[in-house]
Order: sequence, then structure tokens, then C-alpha cells
Amino acid sequence: MKTSIQTLFAAALLLAGTLPAQAQEAAPSIGDRVNDAFATFTGPFVSFIFAPIPGTGFPWIVMWLVIGATVFTVYFSAVQFRFFGHAVALVKGDYSDPNDAGEVSHFQALATALSGTVGLGNIAGVAVAVGIGGPGATFWMILAGLLGMASKFTECTLGVKYRNEYEDGTVSGGPMYYISKGFDELGLPGGKILAVLFSVFCILGALGGGNMFQANQAHVQITQITGDYPGLITGFIFAAVVFLVIVGGIKSIARVTEKVVPFMGLMYVGAALIVLVVNYDLIGWAFGQIFAGAFTGLGVAGGFVGALIQGFRRAAFSNEAGVGSAAIAHSAVKTKEPITEGFVSLLEPLIDTVVICTMTALVIIISQQLMIDQATGNYMLNEAGDAIATVDGNSGVALTSAAFGSAIGWFPYVLSLAVVLFAFSTMISWSYYGLKAWTYLFGEGKTTELIFKLIFCVFIVIGAAASLGPVIDFSDAAIFAMAVVNIFCLYFLMKVVRAELNNYSARLKSGEIRKFSH
Amino acid sequence: MKLVIGLDGHSSGESALAFAKDLAGKTPLCELIVVYVIEWSPFSFQTAEENAQRHKRREEEIALARERVVDPAVAALRDAGLEARAIVRHGDVADTIDNIAHAEGASQIIVARNSAGGLTSRLFGSSTANLVMTARVPVTVVA
Repeated sequence: MKTSIQTLFAAALLLAGTLPAQAQEAAPSIGDRVNDAFATFTGPFVSFIFAPIPGTGFPWIVMWLVIGATVFTVYFSAVQFRFFGHAVALVKGDYSDPNDAGEVSHFQALATALSGTVGLGNIAGVAVAVGIGGPGATFWMILAGLLGMASKFTECTLGVKYRNEYEDGTVSGGPMYYISKGFDELGLPGGKILAVLFSVFCILGALGGGNMFQANQAHVQITQITGDYPGLITGFIFAAVVFLVIVGGIKSIARVTEKVVPFMGLMYVGAALIVLVVNYDLIGWAFGQIFAGAFTGLGVAGGFVGALIQGFRRAAFSNEAGVGSAAIAHSAVKTKEPITEGFVSLLEPLIDTVVICTMTALVIIISQQLMIDQATGNYMLNEAGDAIATVDGNSGVALTSAAFGSAIGWFPYVLSLAVVLFAFSTMISWSYYGLKAWTYLFGEGKTTELIFKLIFCVFIVIGAAASLGPVIDFSDAAIFAMAVVNIFCLYFLMKVVRAELNNYSARLKSGEIRKFSH
Repeated sequence: MKLVIGLDGHSSGESALAFAKDLAGKTPLCELIVVYVIEWSPFSFQTAEENAQRHKRREEEIALARERVVDPAVAALRDAGLEARAIVRHGDVADTIDNIAHAEGASQIIVARNSAGGLTSRLFGSSTANLVMTARVPVTVVA
């Protein structure tokens, strides 16, 4: 029964992905029709997830994430600020038992989770936020990042607490495990159904936002340097490399990526710092624009509400706080105290959003790519009136690239490489998240895993080759649907985390938990 | 008296072992602690899948180190009538050997001259050289 459901599910997924691609190759018009059919089929779901709150232009899903983050911040009495120093000490290894050396450290779990979130959201997403919402969007983005730290804390603590540890020493964890086990423990009904629902959304999100979107954007970025060529080629190359890593077990490629990606991240922040240092006299002005824009909009479409929506939305897209993906990555850490991984994980939105996204935003603002009406001091809108006019008409990655390029001429080439590597590392991370949801539904096993991995590779080719707006919309909606299920369940499970927090704090204060001398 | 013998799995470790055996044979109530350190850093980068399998891999690495390096060494020392035990740890080689020697209250660390050469050791120094420079316990380097 399980196998037949698995086969049906796999077939449905492949059909959903391959139809548009095959159709597009045959005749664009048929491809368009299939895309339209797909959009019609999935449209209600996408529209529901991104629907605005009546009377506003504010998508309710963004409000859902922000309210969740605010509730967790209040419920845990601003845990992200009270335990910030402790989180840093944990990452440094001050509280790690030397006898556990060789196990997954807090630093490694954090770095792995970060490599899944730092990527296009930090480069392209921020440009979209600032390009539409103006500099003021940065303020709301930072606020959303700070609040999101509490969401990460909650989900990652539960991820470790309720993970499965198997006899062979491997582990599996994440929302599907804490939802089903946690609800059972609290005597709440529906845990299994919600866990299954989360897993389905996680698989769809992994194949879409964590795969097709990444492949698609990587191809777009490569063609900006090489000139246009069929996406199928990029797709096959990416799929072959990912296949070698996740199916062939060629760990060396993943290791190289895992080493290069943090280096690229540091280089990106370093380049941003250089631009800021060179233009140090404009930093005060830039922050002035951020604060003024946050509350007045400075002429952007939708005024300050437009800035707020863009800031919150892009922060949520970038750091994934409340989505539940990070809980899967963090659950492999070696610790006797699940809450310690919660503390460590709260650094993730800080690094991803508060530091890296803000750097991008500052570079875009300071490079003065956004056009200002000198008479009013407000930003000028483009012809369509839906975004701020830019010097070369750029938006998204191209805007970020132009902003860096205006100060460091060769940096756009490095940025292209960074985008491709970030996309690759995000794909590797999401292949694992999707796999964990897949094995939760269909059971652990080599054949079961292989089926998912092959589907994942096929979707890379589709993502790079086809223009699949509706499919990508649907996949993005699936990632946010994960947050609907996850945050709903976190409201029931947060008392478990509070009990852990109170217990740990008491032992930390009494000196029972203390640093190891290394 | 306690002596810590640091092995690196290479044949040069035999000379350290032979020297320690000889020294222990001349010293009454001498305990030998054979240490093997698996080079590892908590600040390296790994994929999510590697993390999930890390505990299993660690157990395998420790079992392999015991089977191939330290257990035969300890058996040889015990056959010679000496008191010996083994410790296998992950970490930075020099730091870990020094920490173990310090914690055990050893009077001496005995290691072989590092067998690894090449660019890496020229740039960053060998584990033996690092140990000699940083150890809190006297170190004997056997040629």
C-alpha cells in the first residue's frame, strides 16, 4: 500500500513538472496552455496563501509569520536578547564536553542551516524589497529578522527534543517529528495528520523554491555573463552534479561547496563593507533614508505600508523563520540539552537578515542606484508606477550587481559565481529537507530515498529549462504553507519549550551548567 | 609514573612505542597511555546529510582507530608485562594530546618525529612541532 501511494505520488510530481517542459519544447503555445492549466489548477491555493488581508495590500501569510514571531518573542520574554551572549558562547564551544569531540558541533549545525538560507533571498530578494518598498523596507526587514529569531528558537529546540535517533546512530528530525510526537505527548488530537500535511508541503517546497527556483535563477545569472543559451544545458549540468552528490555519494563536491559557500558569504559581506567604508560619509544619510522611509515611504508605491509589506515579506522569504526547514537541519547536533540548539539557531535570522540583508540594502542605497527627485527629496517611480526608477532600469539581482559594480568594477562577476554557488548549496540543503519529509511519509529505506533523489534531479532540469511561473508560484506557496502548519502547531507546543527554558535557566544560574575548560 | 605515547598510525609511531617500552621497563610502577587523535575540527563545514550520519561515522572512526592502531600497541605493551591502556579522541592532535597528558597527570609525552612532510607542514607546522611548542608536559620526540 505504502509503495503504491509512493509511486502514485512520485508519478504525480513528475507529471506536474515534466508536462510543461515537454509541451514547451513541442510548441510554446501548448506550453503556455499547459502552464495556464497548471495555474488554473493550483491558482486557488496560491491565491489563498498570498491573499491580502481585506482592505489592505498586506498578504496574510506575512502577517501570520510576523504575529507568530511576535508571540514567541513575548512568550519567551525576548529570549533572543536575553540569551544572545549565551548563544555565542555555545557556538564557540565553551559549553561543549571535550568527550563529545567528533560529534556535530553547534557551530556545524548553525553553518549547515545557514548555507540553506543564505542565498538568493539576500541578494535578489533585498533588491526587490528596496526597489519596490524603498530604503524604509530595510527597517521593517531588520525588525522582522529580530522577531524571527524567537521563531527559530522555538522550532529548533523542538526539532532536537523530538528527533528520532536510530540504532545505527543516524538521526532524523524536524517539524513532522515534533508535531506528531509532541501532540501525542500532550494528548492533543490530529498530530499525525498535521505532520503528514507539513511533509507534503515540505516536499513540494523542496522541489519548487528549494530546487526549480534556484536552478532557474542560476541559469538566468549565468546567461548574463555568457549570453543566452538553452536552460536545458544548465539544468543537466546542475542535475548531474547534484546527482553525484546526493545519489552517487560524492561527498567531496559537497565538501568543496560547503567550504566555498561560507567563503563567498564572507567575501560578499567584505565587499559590502568596502563599499560602505569607501562611502563612509553617506552611511549616516543612508540610515536617515531608512528611518524616514520606514514611516513615510518617501514616495514609494503604497507609502510606508508598501515599505512595511516589502520589508516583512522579503525577510520572511530570506530567513525562513517559522517555516520549519531549519529545524530539520539543526536536529543533527550532539547535545544533551535540546534548548541549547534553540539558542544557537536564533543567531541564524540575525546573520541572514539583520547583517547580510542589511548590508545589501545599504550598498544599494549608498550607490544611489535608486533615483531621487531632487525637488521633493522623494523617490521617483518607474513608468509602470510599481517600483522605484533605477539608474539603468535594473531590478532584482541586476540591481544588487549594479550597486556593487558602481564601487568595485569586477564584483558583478564574483556575484554571479556567488549566486550560482548559493543556488547549488541551497539545492543540496533542500534535497535533504525534502528527503526527510519523504521518508517520514514513506519510511526510511534505500529505494524510497533513491526515488525522491531522482525526482529531485529531474526537477532541476525542469526548473532551469522552462519558464514555469505558475509552478514556481505554487512552490513558493508550498514553502509558506509549511509555515501555516508549523506555526499553528508551535502555538500548542511552545509550553514544552518554556518548560525546557525555565529548567535550563535555573541550572545555568545555579552553576550546575558551566563552561568546560578546553 | 605515567607516560603518554602519541601515535599517528604511521610506521614511525613504532619507534615512539619502542622508546616508551624501553623507558617503562626501567621504571617501576609505570603506566603507559597510548593516545590516538583523529584530526577533527568543530568549526569545519558539513552538509545536513553528513551531520545526520556524523554520530555513526564517529563510532566507526573510533572503532577503526582502536582495531588498527591502539589495540595492537596496547596488546604489545601488555605482552611485555607493562601496564597500558588506550585513549582515542577526535580533535586537534597537539591540543588533544597535551590536554590528555595534563588531565592524566603524566610526567612525559612521547611522540615520533612527524612522518608527514610537504607543503602543509611547512606552512602550518607539523602536529609534533606544535606539540613541542605548546605542551604543558615535557615532550620527547623520537627520531
